[in-house]
Amino acid sequence: MSGASNSNTALAIEHVAHAFGTRAVLSNISLSIARGESVALLGANGTGKTTLVRLAAGLIRPDQGDVHVAGTPAQAGRPDVGIAFQDARLMPWRSVARNVSLPLEIAGEDRRAAHTAAIAALARMQAEHLADRAPADLSGGERQRVALARALVRNPALVLLDEPFAALDALTRTRFDEQLPELVGGAAILFVTHDIGEALLVADRVLVLAPGGGISLEVAGLRGTPQGERRAVLMSPAGATRQAQLYDALRTVAPVAHHA
Amino acid sequence: MRNGGRLSPLLFGAALLLVWELAVRLSGAPVFLLPAPSVVALRFAQAWSDGTMLRHLLPTVGEILAGGLLGGALGLALGMLLGLSGAARRIASPYLVAAQSTPILALGPLLVLWFGPGAAAKVAICTLITLFPMAIATLIAVRDTDRGLLELSRAMGGTRWQTLVTFRLPAARSGIFAGARIAATLAVVGAIVGEWLGGSAGLGVLVNLARGSLFDTPLLFAALIQIALLGVAAYGSVVVAERLSSRLIK
Repeated sequence: MSGASNSNTALAIEHVAHAFGTRAVLSNISLSIARGESVALLGANGTGKTTLVRLAAGLIRPDQGDVHVAGTPAQAGRPDVGIAFQDARLMPWRSVARNVSLPLEIAGEDRRAAHTAAIAALARMQAEHLADRAPADLSGGERQRVALARALVRNPALVLLDEPFAALDALTRTRFDEQLPELVGGAAILFVTHDIGEALLVADRVLVLAPGGGISLEVAGLRGTPQGERRAVLMSPAGATRQAQLYDALRTVAPVAHHA
Repeated sequence: MRNGGRLSPLLFGAALLLVWELAVRLSGAPVFLLPAPSVVALRFAQAWSDGTMLRHLLPTVGEILAGGLLGGALGLALGMLLGLSGAARRIASPYLVAAQSTPILALGPLLVLWFGPGAAAKVAICTLITLFPMAIATLIAVRDTDRGLLELSRAMGGTRWQTLVTFRLPAARSGIFAGARIAATLAVVGAIVGEWLGGSAGLGVLVNLARGSLFDTPLLFAALIQIALLGVAAYGSVVVAERLSSRLIK
């Protein structure tokens, strides 16, 4: 319970177990993210990464254990939590700006104020020029930029990112990975991915999630490294060592014949 | 070739009319069996100029508007209820399907018995015949809203009402309007059939008059053309409504 009561904690997951029907997805997992800290969660498919994100977002309740955001129980619709998914989930009938302002509109904010905030969030994502476009006219990278702007429009203290760049081409993805810490600013991040390099680039700490179990390895990430040098460090012998460690941990915990 | 895209349907229609005209003239078919298009066109103009057409058109338009709007609104409401509630869907779906399988037209005499020979029975037929396609189209469109969007709404703290108005209905819009397009043309069918069953005015009555007591086949054709034009107008107004609605949700 110490994490929950600690005002310095953005997200505290304590002894959480969750199952879908008879299939246990998480059993007794604990992790905490400090304010402003970025944590990447690495795991093979089916290890419960997305379930953890949905627990943190308050979209589902754990069977056992506690999930606290900033000291209070996780709950859907909190203004201090932003979320983005692998698919951008933009509404094709709304302009980009009206997609980004949606969380504020849902919260009952004045439409003009919501629009101003949306433009500011887009500017932060270097996507101000897309404001009046239709989602159908955007590239994959632009769509994710807009989805990130929407996740950040209420200036959340915690941002949940569920493989947000998985559908992008390698070049665009790497650019996002390098820029993400600066784009998100001071918010704490829970970043879920199965890409080792990406996890190292965006996070202060990288955790490996074992199937049905807990955290099997923790490695320091490169978020503290200046933006221009992260990629070089990732490719350096020191970076390669960390990648190898993570790869070994992933390979060890992933069952060979994993059911789909 | 660019003009060809727009011109060719008109040319095709003109060619058909020409063939029809020539066939009638060359074969010498009697006018009570198949009047030439020129004769029909003259009769159409005459029916408009002497007020016959307008006198029969207005009641039909009124029935279509009243029954179509009522059936559309009820179908939309019913479809939304069934689309949102799995329990309601399971309870009501078999009956909805059974009701849709019963030809509404066969219910006509019963409706006339209940509502009398006036406009009410015709409006009732229009209402019933439009209700089902609207309800089914809305049900499916609302039920099959993208799960990702619904999750997004929940993550944003959207209430049930906000989820419906902001996510489900806009996402379901084209499906709902597909139902409305079918319903619009059926509303015309409903009104005409209702008028066949009895009444003093309406295009369905005019068809009966022209065929039966007046034995005026050119007028019968003119009435049929007017009914077809009415169907196109009903369909077109749904298309316009769909365009307007897209501005509403932006």
